[in-house]
Parts: sequence; C-alpha cells; structure tokens
Amino acid sequence: MRHVLNAQDLPADARVLLDRPAIDAVLTQMAAEIQAMAWPRDVELPLADRPKPWLCGIQRGGVALAKELAEVIARDYGWTPELGAIDVTLYRDDTWLKGPRAVEGVTRLPGDVSGQRVLLVDDVLFTGRTIRAALNVLMDFGRPEAVRLVVMADRGGRELPVAADLTGRKLDVARHESAELCVDGQNRLLSVIVRPKNP
Amino acid sequence: MLPQVEPGQTPGTDTLPQAPQEPLRHLLGLEHLSAEQINSILDLAAHMKAVNSRRIKKLPTLRGVTVLTFFVENSTRTRMSFELAAKRLSADTMSFTASSSSLAKGETLIDTARNLEAMGPDIVIIRHSCSGAPALLARTVNCGIVNAGDGSHEHPTQGLLDIFTLRERLGDLRGKKVAIIGDIAHSRVARSNIFGMQKLGVDVHVAGPATMLPHAIEDLGCTAWPRVEPAMEGADAIMMLRIQRERQGNDLIPSSHEYHRFFGLDEQRLKLAKPGALVMHPGPMNRGVEIAPEVADGEQSVILQQVENGVAVRMAVLYLVGASRGLEPQG
Repeated sequence: MRHVLNAQDLPADARVLLDRPAIDAVLTQMAAEIQAMAWPRDVELPLADRPKPWLCGIQRGGVALAKELAEVIARDYGWTPELGAIDVTLYRDDTWLKGPRAVEGVTRLPGDVSGQRVLLVDDVLFTGRTIRAALNVLMDFGRPEAVRLVVMADRGGRELPVAADLTGRKLDVARHESAELCVDGQNRLLSVIVRPKNP
Repeated sequence: MLPQVEPGQTPGTDTLPQAPQEPLRHLLGLEHLSAEQINSILDLAAHMKAVNSRRIKKLPTLRGVTVLTFFVENSTRTRMSFELAAKRLSADTMSFTASSSSLAKGETLIDTARNLEAMGPDIVIIRHSCSGAPALLARTVNCGIVNAGDGSHEHPTQGLLDIFTLRERLGDLRGKKVAIIGDIAHSRVARSNIFGMQKLGVDVHVAGPATMLPHAIEDLGCTAWPRVEPAMEGADAIMMLRIQRERQGNDLIPSSHEYHRFFGLDEQRLKLAKPGALVMHPGPMNRGVEIAPEVADGEQSVILQQVENGVAVRMAVLYLVGASRGLEPQG
C-alpha cells in the first residue's frame, strides 16, 4: 500500500489500472456479491438466523479496503459488518530470505473467532503466500465456521494453491512489475497502479 | 509508539511504508544502538505483548531455530524469561548452566563455546560474570549472540524492558527525568539504562553512596549525586537497584539498615518525585533495604509489569537476531 497526497501525485513510472470511479464500481459489485454469498451452513439455518460475516483486512491495504467495503454494504444493504485487522509479518515464510521486517500494523479481531464467518480481505492477490500466512493467524485465534477470500484485484502469478472466492477485477500485470493500492492521508482508496518492481 | 490503531483504520501518513527493519546480528549492549534501532525493537515488542495476551500465545516465527541459554552465572528469572520468549516464537531451546558443566572442570570459555557451537544453535544467550564475554563469543562462534548480562558492563534486554515500560506509561520520553539509585559502579542494569534512556532523550540522574558511584560516571552523560534527594526531586520515574551483597560483601556500605535510611526508597522520599512517578526495580528486591515494602507494593510500582514486559521485549530481540541470521551467507 502506498500513501499519496492526491491521485495526481504518483510515481512517474506508474500506470493507473483502476482509478477512483473504477474502484467505486468494483466496490459496489463486490458488496453485492458478498450479500449474495453462500456459506456452508446456510442450508441448516433460516435466513434471519444466518450469522453476518466479519470483514478482516490484511494489513495494510486490505484493512483500508475492508473499511470501504463495509461502508458500501451499509449503504446498499443496511447492515454494517464488523471489522478486523490481520498482520502477517510474523507469519511470513520468507523471513529467512529477507531478514527481519517491521510489523505493518496490529492484529485485532472483533471478538472470539470460533464459529464465525470470516471474509479475509486483501487488496491485490499475487503469490498466495500472504493468504496462507493470514489463514494461520486466524487459526491461532480459534476455529472459524468458514473463511472466504475477497480481493479487489487478482494479478495472477500464484505460487500456492490459493484462489479467491470473490475477485473485484482481474489485472494483467507482468512478473517484473508490482501492482500497488494507493490511498490518501485518511487511508481512502485512490487507485491501483502498476509500475516496475523496485530493483 | 504503541499500536493503537483501530481495526478498519490503517496508520496515517505519519507511518509511511516502513523501511525494512535493520538487521540485528547480535545484541551485546545498548551503547552502540541508535535511537531508531531501540525504538524499532520496542515497537516490535508492543506487537509481541499483544500476542502474549492471546489465548494461544504462540507465533511460528522462529520455527526450526535453536536457542541456547548459556548461563555461566546464576539467574533463574532472566533465563526463564528468555526461554519463554523463545518458546512463544516456536524456537527450540536448550540450556547450559555453569555448575553442572565442563567449565567447572577447567575448560576455557572459548572451548566450551566451540563445543556448543558444534551442536548448531542459531542464537546463544549468554550471561557471564566477566564484562565482555558476549563480545568475545560474538567474535569466536558463528551464532547470533544475545547478552543476558555480562559482569558490570551491560544487561541490554533489562534496559530495553525498562525503557519499554517507561514508554508505555509516559509516552514520548524526551525531557523526562529518571533517577537510578543504588550501586551504580557494579550495575550492568544501570549502564544499559543510562545508554539506552539517554538515546531517547531521557534526563538520567544517578545517585548512591560515594563508594558505589564511579568517579567518571558523568562522562556517560548523566548527572551523578552522592545523595538521593536531588536525583529524586521532580523525577518521572525512580529505579531502585538491588544491593548485591553476594558480589560486594559488606565493604561498600556499613550496614543495610543505614543504607535504607539514607538511600532507600520509602513513601516519604517518593513524595519528592512527580505525583504518580513510576517506581521500578529490576528484581530481585531486598525489601527494607533499597525499597520499603509499601512502596514496592504501592500503586506507583510497575515492578511486575517490568517482568511481564521482559518476555515481550526478549521475543522482539530473538526475532530480530534470529531473522537476521537468514541474511548471513550459508556455509
């Protein structure tokens, strides 16, 4: 996730893949799909008794996305999902390759995860390694009823058998490029850009 | 900075994408760490502390890493704190204590260390009565070395946990006054705290009997007093050090009763400090000598929080040293 002061303030080599109007359209569509999403125990439960899923964003882009998704769900469907945040830094599998990293943010769930329906939210899905780590974080807190993966953008390039249950947009990004979510000072989503990977 | 970001919010522009954490190959002391390095260790410790309040207090971070506690000088709680920290990070731990070991049979420290190295530990946590023993090991063996107290030199994780506790309670430490009282000359805790706190802008005052104040202590940047009152006056925190009878015998002070009267922290003296000033002690305490029981157990005491924070701080240190090992060329 990259902080920029305004949408024009982007690195010179960046190409915008999704601008704010496109993000608005994607959020509206994703909210509709979350609303219609089927869960394993739905057959046993009458509509009114079905628990509402939590939106758990992966630090840091996923957290910003989860917050805006929750706002769209509240606007369009009249309920406000509970928000959680997950940091995967201490669960990464490349600590031995890349050395220590600073933790990006807090891990905080809205309550006891056992029995909950959880939507794991991330901005850009790439290798799948972050998702593997995030699942392990969740399991260290308990046993959710079910976990679904929601991503705004899928750029391909998976290295683990991970697939999103809900994808906002598929993006065409080459391996030597990086796709980044840009947010403003208040962490409002601005755009998704692609640029050459830092050497 | 404590992680006080609510879920659904991410840190604002003040926490722009962080630079990769600087590697920490060894932790030998706080003297050579920068303020940024100290703060980044403490930030990480705040996250570790959050893990310690979970029901499942375990991270997979150091899976497959072997941590050896090599304590040539006795200490139960520091070793336990380190072992717990290592276990919470999923490392394997083994311990080596001097009394039951070959050191008692005349082997040199370097030979013992080389033998232990052959068992392949990634991190060696060493406590030794000789100042500089950890630095010697760091030059000799190919392991990450963490100093758990060497002679009267440094005890960096104690310093870090003290500073962590201060930062947790007082916030920004710049301009805060901390009094360290007791046997400054022989205290590695004092030295680590003097180095570490001053880097974060703390105004450090030390006090104790003249026999326990090294004459050049002010060269380290702190202010030294032969009486406790000026050091305690207006302090934000008072740290009492243990009178180490097993180390000094009775040569430096006439009696523990007299020490208590002139240098001990009781309720009357505590009133010299700022209202609500923190009372700290690295433990184990001598009640009635350096600290009165009602102060040690009083509302202003954070002595047990120091112990709790010790585990989180040591987790942060072990993670950094362990993960930095990955950057070493593999032989």
